[in-house]
Amino acid sequence: MGRTSSLLAVDGPAIEVERLSFRYYTMEGRGRMWTLDHLSFHVDAGEILGIVGPNGSGKSSLLKILSGLLPVGEGDVLLDGLSLQKRSQADIARLVAVVPQDYVQVFPFTVVETVLMGRFPHRTVRWWSMGIGDETANDLACAHQAMVDTDVVSLADRLVSDLSGGERQRVMIARALAQEPKILLLDEPTAFLDINHQIEVCSLITRLRAERRLTVVLVSHDLNVASQYCDRVLMLKEGGLCRIGSPEETIRPDVLRMVYGCDVVVDAHPQTGRPRVTMPMSTV
Amino acid sequence: MAHIVSSWAHAGSVLTVHRWITVIGGLLLACVAVLVLCLQFGATSVNIGNVVPGIMHLFRGDLAGSPSPETSEIIMVQIRFPRVLMGFLVGGSLAAVGVTLQALLRNPLADPYVLGVSSGSALGVSLAILFGIGSTFLLFPLLPLFGFAGGLLALILIYRLAQSKSRLPIHSLLLAGVILNAILTAFIMFITSIMEPNRSAGLMAWLMGSLTAPGYPALGIFLLYVLFVLAVLMHKAQLLNVLTLGEETARSLGVETEGVKKHLFALTALLTGAIVSVSGMIGFVGMVVPHAVRLLIGSDHRLLLPASALVGGMFLALADTIARTIMAPAEIPVGIVTALVGGPFFLYLLLWRKDRML
Repeated sequence: MGRTSSLLAVDGPAIEVERLSFRYYTMEGRGRMWTLDHLSFHVDAGEILGIVGPNGSGKSSLLKILSGLLPVGEGDVLLDGLSLQKRSQADIARLVAVVPQDYVQVFPFTVVETVLMGRFPHRTVRWWSMGIGDETANDLACAHQAMVDTDVVSLADRLVSDLSGGERQRVMIARALAQEPKILLLDEPTAFLDINHQIEVCSLITRLRAERRLTVVLVSHDLNVASQYCDRVLMLKEGGLCRIGSPEETIRPDVLRMVYGCDVVVDAHPQTGRPRVTMPMSTV
Repeated sequence: MAHIVSSWAHAGSVLTVHRWITVIGGLLLACVAVLVLCLQFGATSVNIGNVVPGIMHLFRGDLAGSPSPETSEIIMVQIRFPRVLMGFLVGGSLAAVGVTLQALLRNPLADPYVLGVSSGSALGVSLAILFGIGSTFLLFPLLPLFGFAGGLLALILIYRLAQSKSRLPIHSLLLAGVILNAILTAFIMFITSIMEPNRSAGLMAWLMGSLTAPGYPALGIFLLYVLFVLAVLMHKAQLLNVLTLGEETARSLGVETEGVKKHLFALTALLTGAIVSVSGMIGFVGMVVPHAVRLLIGSDHRLLLPASALVGGMFLALADTIARTIMAPAEIPVGIVTALVGGPFFLYLLLWRKDRML
């Protein structure tokens, strides 16, 4: 296995997944039993790992398990060396931040209010104040820094519902950064975005990893995003681990044919030399 | 850094203690003014000068002992003051229930009346009346408990009906509410149809949403009940903010959403049950008021919840004053007034503000 990220890894793995299996209760008795089947892998601290695979291969379920949103079925998941099952939801929230795939806000919240919600897991509960004036100077400083890093300070007093897709995605990343996490999980960060916003978000993620020494796990259906921006790629097929390794080891025509069941053209990206996937010319 | 943070506070994006006290204090003053105004109007005109002495008499408790209290003072103390206060409490509670349900269901059109929660409570209360279950048991009011049970069942039912793949689509929630409302109303109609006419007439008037002047012990119990539930809701206001981000995001921020949801469902059903048992089905206050308040002061529930409760109280006290006076000496149910104001507003939001709301 390629360890291209070993330059950045000093603290050992941030996430260790050991023989993880998971299934939804509602799926019992149906044909396919396991959503995730005996997965074992690790993510080094400071690494960007991309999870790819066809629809229904368990990508999003895996991400939800890593953030404690779904229970660990069998096996174990260690975050920062401690099992998920031994951590409370609030404890996980101080370590892991999640950027969801789409975010719909029906109420008129401003950008600052939304980013400050990221401070929720760090709040100290004072029952007599009913939460009024709970934002400490530190909370405000963290929110401000997160907004500087994601370049949304100028949007501070705008309503989240008025923003464009790319701006909203940056606000959601700022909200996640305000949590001061060590691990950032992103579900399809470039879905629904125009190409300019895709580039913006992807380079933001790379920059944040460098500046904040974040460990990043992102799910993407876009193989090129995974190839260009991730240190390693994990390929899932029907809930099982198919390949994990550097983009060169995973984004290969033979592997893709096995996982997706179709032929694609893979050549080298003219700038990075990393694998680039394109559709073949139709044979019909 | 400091100036940016202070500009956030200035723009109202960060809820400071100062801002909270300014808004709530201002609203409290407005409430006093509105209540005094409402006390003046009615079938019998009462001089504003009698309002204050009448209330002073009441609090000194020397009304019975004083030589011969004026008729207007008796009207004021025995009828109008408790009724206006009742309207204020009911309106405030309805708005608070509306705010909570809207955040919980992430739906700005949620309202206990529209979703059928009020109908559930009304069915519970109607059943209790049909079977002649006394309104009190060892001085403990029982009707609100039946209202609570009915409202809670309706709320759980509607949540289950509208939920698909752990999401709550706004339209399917409203649709489920309409259907549930129709079914529950049919049951209530059935109950009124099998009652003796003189009993069912009273039940019908109550169902349409009407306020009455309660005795002071009943008013006191209701006041305590409302204050208790509102205080607990205020402690959950922070969680309401986080819940509007969506259930999964709320959990990823460390909120144990399942437990919080159950608490909030129970609290809203408790309050709805109490409201319906005293005033029947008054619609749309819980939807219109939070919406208007949100446009003015923003969505932070730590401020939105108490502000909506105060504005809702003023709104219903005024609506009831209209209901009392417009056809004087006859009265129309206040539910008609609120529905005539709220219904068109609801349609406006649903049809013309689609892009922003949904």
